[in-house]
Amino acid sequence: MYRKEKSIQLKSSSAALYNNLSVLRPPGRQLLCFSAVHGPSVTVVSAAADGLGFSHRQLQAKEGGMALSTCVLTQASWCVLPSRVLLVLTSQKGIQMYESDGSIMVYWHALDVTEHPPAQAVFARGIAAAGGRFICVGTSSGLVLVFDIPPKGTNITVSEVLEQHRDAITDIAAELGRAPDGAGDLVTADDAGTLCVWSAGEEFTLLSKIPAFGCTCSSVKLWNGVVAAGYGNGQIRLYEAATGLLRAEVNAHARWIYALDLAPQAGKLLSGAEDSFVHVWKLSTNPDTNDVEIEHCHAECVTDTQVCGARFCDPEGNSFAVTGYDLSEIFRYAR
Amino acid sequence: MSARTLPLLFLNLGGEMLYILDQRLRAQSIPGEKARKDEWTDVDRKRVMNDIITTMFNKKFMEELFKPQELYSKKALRTVYDRLAHASIMRLNQASMDKLYDLMTMAFKYQVLLCPRPKDILLVTFNHLDAIKDFVRDSPGILNQVDETFRQLIETYSCLSAGEFQLIRQTLLIFFQDMHIRVSIFLKDKVQNSNGHFVLPISGPVPWGTEVPGLIRMFNRNGDEVKRTEFTTDGNYVTPQREGSFDLFGDRVLKLGTNMYSVSRPVETHISGSSKNLASHAKENITPNPLAKEELNFLARLLGGLEVKKPGGSETGFRLNLFTTDEEEEHAALTRPEELSYKVINIEATQEPGRRAELSRILGELEVAEPRPASSGKGEDLLALMDGL
Repeated sequence: MYRKEKSIQLKSSSAALYNNLSVLRPPGRQLLCFSAVHGPSVTVVSAAADGLGFSHRQLQAKEGGMALSTCVLTQASWCVLPSRVLLVLTSQKGIQMYESDGSIMVYWHALDVTEHPPAQAVFARGIAAAGGRFICVGTSSGLVLVFDIPPKGTNITVSEVLEQHRDAITDIAAELGRAPDGAGDLVTADDAGTLCVWSAGEEFTLLSKIPAFGCTCSSVKLWNGVVAAGYGNGQIRLYEAATGLLRAEVNAHARWIYALDLAPQAGKLLSGAEDSFVHVWKLSTNPDTNDVEIEHCHAECVTDTQVCGARFCDPEGNSFAVTGYDLSEIFRYAR
Repeated sequence: MSARTLPLLFLNLGGEMLYILDQRLRAQSIPGEKARKDEWTDVDRKRVMNDIITTMFNKKFMEELFKPQELYSKKALRTVYDRLAHASIMRLNQASMDKLYDLMTMAFKYQVLLCPRPKDILLVTFNHLDAIKDFVRDSPGILNQVDETFRQLIETYSCLSAGEFQLIRQTLLIFFQDMHIRVSIFLKDKVQNSNGHFVLPISGPVPWGTEVPGLIRMFNRNGDEVKRTEFTTDGNYVTPQREGSFDLFGDRVLKLGTNMYSVSRPVETHISGSSKNLASHAKENITPNPLAKEELNFLARLLGGLEVKKPGGSETGFRLNLFTTDEEEEHAALTRPEELSYKVINIEATQEPGRRAELSRILGELEVAEPRPASSGKGEDLLALMDGL
């Protein structure tokens, strides 16, 4: 089973935002990098594998004009593409993209405020790399911006705008395993709970749309053609990406789910919620029998913590990290 | 983030403020016949409560409040409550005002954090309003004002989705982030730990609309359930009995937002200055923000509609102390850690000609109160600025 390891101390506390933890394992380096949004800034920590060396960096939300109140970041996530890794930050003003260590900003995209009705909140949220070439970012009006990322340099352009959602995007996830035919490369989720499955390319195509059932989907993952979605009522649901069919329903948490992650080599699913619990599940798919199964592996109670971020730290799912609202540390667990 | 957060923040903090003031006024009150000219009586208490509630629910003020807008900064909001607390004959020293604000904010932070569903923040607000209506139940005019606001709340918030409520909740939680002041009533009731963080129970009713965790169901491609398993955890949850009422009247079911103070349970705060979390809290907004002028214009406009009552008796006679003795209050003022002081915005109102003209016009509309003794803060105090004109 998993045992608690030494936490990583952060210089600032974590904000109560969905999917508020991102982890990067730079290939060929004995390092683990973590990022957690504080509010107007994000903390990026690099931890040496021996657990002895740490380096911290803080990145600020770009204000982009006169603002009365501080601009808040909504999410930070590393996007791994074949040729490069970018650190993407989304905020109330727009989208910032940095080199993976956060040292240089390579691109800034300002959100078009006029697109939103006046009383509605404006922000970008939901980040994922897709199709080996694109980075997709969602907005509060339901749009998904598709950025074409060159192998190097700053010549990043908006290649497409996907307009299927009518509510604020909450999360976006790319296929982490091997998709069966027609199962899609990308899934996008929104505040109403609607899920869209896409195939990525020069032009993205909508493959299926999974209707909402009355609950926000705050976090989503895609693996071997199965969509795993976490909802505001504490449920995790598994759907077939290609058909949209519901295959499993788990009464997983007592409160709103804030984060899901998936370890692709083992099919392990991680879920974290406001109820202080983090659960590890095992997904299995059988392409011949079309069976989709999920079983519970481990429950961890992070005492007096509203979990806002949870990520596996290795592709087999033998270790994971957790952040909680108002806490200045990253909790770590390992087998 | 959410542009609909301010009314909820203002009304709930205002509600907590009224609970605390009511409790302190009762604790310090003297029966009418026995009271000297400078001591509190029951009549005085009711008058203070009425004055503050009337000001809080001022129609024009409420209109501005409900307009979609970003949250004020902590400092700007604190100034509003400073003003509100002085909307009557009552006076509070800086130390008492600081303590009042600490208690208000920690109480509402606790309520927001423990709300089972984001939508339940509305029930918390209704609990506060129900109590406020009870404070003014003998004054139909003020009661009407409160009911108006109640209706406006229902109109504005009833149609918001769960996702939008969660955004409001997240906006509030960002506002309250890094505040860990220890409140003795919370420590005694074991809802707050000694490090200032709140206790989050893993038992009790699940939110309305959520199932008790444990069941896993798997379906075949025809939608038939083919397998069912269960898992257990340390949590001990039960199904809730009923949902709270979102109507003008009704059983709210939720206890968060009801009055937890009583005369026999005095409220103290402990200020812990050693936690390094405070460093990030204190760093924000220390450099003067030139754009705070925008806030000042707005704030000034709002407060322009308020009448400032002139203190009738001597300064000390109508002073309310949030501490048990004057010495305690003085001691608290001297020992408050630097990083926890609510530094009021230093505004240079005379910088831009255009702004200066607008500002003067607005401030000119304010009733000029008797000059207040210089507050303990150095530099230009926002209130002193307005009073000096």
